[in-house]
Amino acid sequence: MAILETQELTYTYSVGTPFEKTAVDHVSLKIEEGQMIGVMGHTGSGKSTLIQHFNGLLSPTSGKILIDGKDIWEDKDNIRNVRFKVGLVFQYPEYQLFEETVYRDIAFGPKNMGLDDAEIKRRVLETAHDIGLSEELMERSPFELSGGQKRRVAIAGVMAMEPKILILDEPTAGLDPAGRDKILEHIKNYHRRTKNTILIVSHSMEDIASFADKILVMNKGKLFCYDDTVNVFARADEISEIGLDVPQITKVFGELKRRGLDFGKEVFTVGYAKELLLKTLNEKGAE
Amino acid sequence: MLKDITIGQYFPGNSFIHRLDPRFKIVITLIFIIMLFTGGTFPCLAIGAVYTLMTVVISKIPVKMFAKSIKPLLPFLLITALLNLFLVGSGDVLWKWKFIKITEDGLSISLFMIIRIVLLIIGSSLLTYTTSPITLTDAIERLLSPLKKLKFPVHELAMMMTIALRFIPTLIEETDKIMSAQKARGAEIDTGSFITRAKNLVSILVPLFISSFRRADELATAMECRCYNGGEGRTRLRQLKSTSSDYIALAVTLIFFAVTVAVGIITKK
Repeated sequence: MAILETQELTYTYSVGTPFEKTAVDHVSLKIEEGQMIGVMGHTGSGKSTLIQHFNGLLSPTSGKILIDGKDIWEDKDNIRNVRFKVGLVFQYPEYQLFEETVYRDIAFGPKNMGLDDAEIKRRVLETAHDIGLSEELMERSPFELSGGQKRRVAIAGVMAMEPKILILDEPTAGLDPAGRDKILEHIKNYHRRTKNTILIVSHSMEDIASFADKILVMNKGKLFCYDDTVNVFARADEISEIGLDVPQITKVFGELKRRGLDFGKEVFTVGYAKELLLKTLNEKGAE
Repeated sequence: MLKDITIGQYFPGNSFIHRLDPRFKIVITLIFIIMLFTGGTFPCLAIGAVYTLMTVVISKIPVKMFAKSIKPLLPFLLITALLNLFLVGSGDVLWKWKFIKITEDGLSISLFMIIRIVLLIIGSSLLTYTTSPITLTDAIERLLSPLKKLKFPVHELAMMMTIALRFIPTLIEETDKIMSAQKARGAEIDTGSFITRAKNLVSILVPLFISSFRRADELATAMECRCYNGGEGRTRLRQLKSTSSDYIALAVTLIFFAVTVAVGIITKK
């Protein structure tokens, strides 16, 4: 069964004023448990609005959101429990830090869930470990950390709630390449440990190609496609048409295919390309 | 949602009134207010009403918007009306119960007051509906500029107003974002007991203060990088220019004002 499902989800901003705008337009999709999903789309394509529906921060103008097959708006008083099931990390989450110590900031979410101290401690330390924060940082003030560390503390704050679905809105925005790779690596650590579903919004096709099982593409408020990574990047032409991009290495192999060198497979990471090239070269060399 | 609050109440459009010079609009609004207060009789008020109706129609702003601006002042209106209704003792008694009585004068005065205040609200909200806050402060700066001779910091005041107005939407957006982020972590802000809500407010205020200081600092640096050093000798991107339509609007308003004064003298008891 799908862990998260939307049915004809529609959201319109500022109804009845000159600023009226439909940000999400009849989106229906099903997300399976345990996958890592990349979310792509232009600024203003509705992806941020869409993900804010998943944990009930926005309520749809029409349509439904189901988690574990249950409409989340059926019981309005229980919407807080939905937020414990679906964790959302916003863009630039370091601006939401407020506690005196790193430990207490990460513990804020679990505490709101009403967990006991021992469980809170376990969760805080485990997520801190996943995200690469050493234990001596725990008693420091979050405001004296570096930008990348602050970002990781904020992400850990949501991870520590151990939501069944974790959504991250551009977790690598504004970081240098090393910081970017590190954060993605840490998110993958967390995924390996918990096996929870993870959605990551990103503008970097290279990043998405490196982790995603499936890709969700939004365009002008509509669901453009939601499919396995291979199938999505195979539609490179259509993706470029809506102003998005495919990984550079995919473009290189697309061009090679056009010129008559067909490897018979879609390539979207440099690592895989290297492997494929070496293998082919060896085979050719043996001939 | 917090974002839905409109502050400054600007309602974009391109009507005759939208295009008027903001300086003239401020002056015209002042004349309009004086006009409402000089005319002490119902016929005067009728002229004011005609003028208001005319401007509302020209502005093409939906009547609904004016109802919205009157709504928060309803209690005030009601109290004014009730006080006048029961406390004016002169004139023929219409209704009496023990020591409470309603007189003809009381009724007419309270009715008069309600109409006057409603017209006042509509007239002044028309100014803010048709003028963006930034142009409004520009105009205020120009209108107050004679005070510079008295060493009154007109430019600084206008700049502070502009910055404050400019950052209201930004801060609202920021608050909204931080609230959403803390709600996503299970903070009870709209729900829960008073004490939990107050506690959770800290999780919003601390980040908000930090980001406001950061923004102020960044803005100051950015202004200094562009060699801002006060209003002395500074030229403007948008020059306020008065056109013939501004003078026409002013003339029409003055005619209405004159007629109101004349009618007021004639109809005075």
